[in-house]
Amino acid sequence: MKHVLVIGAGPAGLSAAVAARDAGARVTLLDSGDGLGGQYWRHLPPQRPSRRESRLHHGWGAFERLRASLADDAIEVLTEAQVWAIETTGAVGSTGAVDRFERRPDRGTSPIRVRSGDSVADREHFGRGALGDRVGLGNGLTVHVLVGPADSGGREARALTADAIVFATGAHDRTLPFPGWHLPGVFSAGAAQALAKGERIAVGRRAVVAGAGPFLLPVAQSLTAAGAHVVGVYEAARPAALAQGWLPKPWRLLAASHKGPELAGYVTHHLARRVPYRLGRAVKEARGDGRVEEVVVARLGTDWAPIPGTERTIAADAVCVSHGFTPRLELPIAAGCAIGPDRFVTVDADQRTSVAGVYAAGEITGIGGVDAALVEGRIAGRRAAGGEAGQADLRRRRGTTDFARRIDAAHGIRPGWVSWLRDDTVVCRCEEVPYGRLRETAEATDQTSLRSVKLTTRAGLGICQARMCGRTVEDLTGAGSARAEDSTDRRPLAAPVRLGDLAGLATTLGKDPNV
Amino acid sequence: MNADVVVIGAGIIGAACARALARAGMNVIIVDRAAPASATSARGEGNLLVSDKAPGPELDLALLAADHWPKLAAELADELSTPAGIALGGASSSSGRKPALGAATSSRAESDEASGVAARIAPSHTPFPDIEYDRKGGIVVATTEEGAEPLRAFARSQAAVGVKVEHLSAAEALALEPHLNPAITAAVHYPQDAQLQPVVATEALLASARRAGVRVLANREVIGIEREGDRITGVRTSAGTIGTDAVVVAAGPWSGAVAEVLGGDLPVRPRRGMVLVTARMAQRVFHKVYDGDYFGATQSADADLQTSSVVESTPGGTVLIGSSRQQIGFDDRLRVEVLAQIAQRALRLFPFLEGTPVIRAYGGFRPYVPDHLPVIGEDHRHPGLWYATGHEGAGIGLAGVTGDLLCAQLTGAKPALDPTPFLPSRPSLAAYLVHGDDRSEAARPQAAKSVDAKGGAK
Repeated sequence: MKHVLVIGAGPAGLSAAVAARDAGARVTLLDSGDGLGGQYWRHLPPQRPSRRESRLHHGWGAFERLRASLADDAIEVLTEAQVWAIETTGAVGSTGAVDRFERRPDRGTSPIRVRSGDSVADREHFGRGALGDRVGLGNGLTVHVLVGPADSGGREARALTADAIVFATGAHDRTLPFPGWHLPGVFSAGAAQALAKGERIAVGRRAVVAGAGPFLLPVAQSLTAAGAHVVGVYEAARPAALAQGWLPKPWRLLAASHKGPELAGYVTHHLARRVPYRLGRAVKEARGDGRVEEVVVARLGTDWAPIPGTERTIAADAVCVSHGFTPRLELPIAAGCAIGPDRFVTVDADQRTSVAGVYAAGEITGIGGVDAALVEGRIAGRRAAGGEAGQADLRRRRGTTDFARRIDAAHGIRPGWVSWLRDDTVVCRCEEVPYGRLRETAEATDQTSLRSVKLTTRAGLGICQARMCGRTVEDLTGAGSARAEDSTDRRPLAAPVRLGDLAGLATTLGKDPNV
Repeated sequence: MNADVVVIGAGIIGAACARALARAGMNVIIVDRAAPASATSARGEGNLLVSDKAPGPELDLALLAADHWPKLAAELADELSTPAGIALGGASSSSGRKPALGAATSSRAESDEASGVAARIAPSHTPFPDIEYDRKGGIVVATTEEGAEPLRAFARSQAAVGVKVEHLSAAEALALEPHLNPAITAAVHYPQDAQLQPVVATEALLASARRAGVRVLANREVIGIEREGDRITGVRTSAGTIGTDAVVVAAGPWSGAVAEVLGGDLPVRPRRGMVLVTARMAQRVFHKVYDGDYFGATQSADADLQTSSVVESTPGGTVLIGSSRQQIGFDDRLRVEVLAQIAQRALRLFPFLEGTPVIRAYGGFRPYVPDHLPVIGEDHRHPGLWYATGHEGAGIGLAGVTGDLLCAQLTGAKPALDPTPFLPSRPSLAAYLVHGDDRSEAARPQAAKSVDAKGGAK
């Protein structure tokens, strides 16, 4: 019996675990959180159940079916299981050192290297490399896990291997900085939604939702359901960009199963609640004495630069912001998986990564939402277990991939946002690095290396290890992602580990002459 | 494009060499195959140590550096606190070169062209980041009975050649480091040990070098050399040839490979090290604190101290915990066992760290030479080919004096100390070099290992 290790128990991971089990594998499913469902199906803890859960979650029935289906001896579920490192012990050269994307200095990111033996016909759109059938797990992977409450010492250490691994590590929301974003009352939309869904806490009474992407709509809905008054949803994309992203070949949206109805549901919901949904606008500043009291909303040009003279001040005690998502790539990178020029894990139509026996599904392969995650998880799980993907799933997957591309075309971040920054706007909140210092230090050192920029400014060196600010620092300084080893996505230590826990793993103290 | 000297490598050694040469009136170009200050110079702790060196030429160099760094740090801070183009260094007004500002602007344009990054704005007027030079002192401790006397003996041998050494009782050590494990058996304080932020230091040397007229060309790989007879006439790079008659290889652990591209050879190998970084905390470690147990534990007859654990605070509020030494080529994969051993050794020094979260681990490659001495000087077999490399873990500390020593040799000035022990022609390196006539044989003697002057796994 094949043993499949699934990392991440959101929609993609749950779907992969069940599919792998159904295809005859023994499954270990890990999640760092204390419950299943991931960010998408974040819900009340079991000791405080709610009958309204199904009304608060999209596709709750799907979640309940998946969760029920896990109750099986063939699936071991480990929650509060933090993967903190992945070791590759295969021969040198079989790792991502050769496979990671490279950006050439002259013309941006070059196509990924596709290993010899791959047929061109197997390659999918946007340079995905299909890698042919290979047997067994590549790179000699060992997954190091600490099991127990995240902030406790003495967590149980486990070193896992498997016949196949499915990464379903998801994404976290990306928030662009703006003056005042450090004030209490400013939340990432994801955090606001987590509080609303997981704790039934509304982050304020008069909330503004702003940023870019379809995610703003469910966030506004969750806030409303938790009792907040949402005074407006401000979407940075302008109508033309939305039309460009969504209108060409609209029939394809039908393939993204219930995406269409889901979006329609949100829009209806907002109309019904009279929540204004404005396009081409952004919160360019939050103000207040000690906490948010008002926000400044401005109209944006096509490049997202605020248009002078269009500013409006709106009273609000909460601002929930999301400008898209950053995939959690540290584990696939540690495993040696190729990352594409789009900075998602490169997979083929069967969700195979560049490393034999390693699969990826969900948001780490492209921001496609829950439908994409479920389909990709199912394909990855079946393939990881040695089965074949269903034809219907492969068809659906094409639709969801299309959806992901449309989101990016319509809502992708445009460079003009930088003009709403001021020199004293903090970019890295962990280390309190303001924009002016970041920019001027990069200029004074004439640097294009992210490593140097980080070490001379301390941006991205704090406790979140650039998860919040990394991509922003890259964009603001023009540094980084020039070299794969320079990317803020690379974190060999994938999570904080107490020194005592680390020391407990030593087996040969003083015996290894090479150390 | 022409230069008096081409320096290969924009790490701290290359930066220091280029700066010294430019201030001595030479027209200098630095080329780096990637970005400056991003490889070995960006992957250490920033050690400026005398404590870990046995009496000998490297300690002589380190003692010189201990006097030199405070002056250099002050000089850099002074120079870089004012906008480029106004405060030109004393030596930079020498004839035959463009003004510093013009040169800096042209290097900017060229490196941008090479890196594909949009042209940047004029030179900044921002105060340069602090290089965080801090002569905090080092404390080396033994935690075993067997380790105590060798540590004291080693310190006595250092004191005999001028190292400032204070033997501490356990109580005195705890007064200096209140959170140290009280179960120590010996402790020695080295007030000359210092620390700085190595990336800022490298960038500061580069910025100062630019002001002295040095052009820094990033993202250019050296692919060959041009000669007329025995004489070097140019360096071929991935973006054109630079006419020059002198080349300085300062490519750290890659120096051997670069030397080969240039038709020479040098036995520099990578030796990997890992460092752990904790979350920020209130300062509880005040010096560089080392574990000197390795020495006693191995009962080694070697004359040098093999430190195996280093714990220190940084101005950023983190604690750095190092460090391992491994010869595994350029394999940069994470090894859990290595991290675990570093952690375990650190806890023997500072038990309070047990609950402290480690948030990052980083590693790099030190340039390792089999006789454990840096190579600073001209290749006796290839006129015009110079080396400044092989400092292993001491490159940050020795950078300034290395630049000056190389510059003095290259320009014919009087060096601050005798360069003979550091020349590529030194006897302890001979067994590792291909010599004039037997180049084709490429025979490296097996017996070479016994020449390993300082022994074992440092």
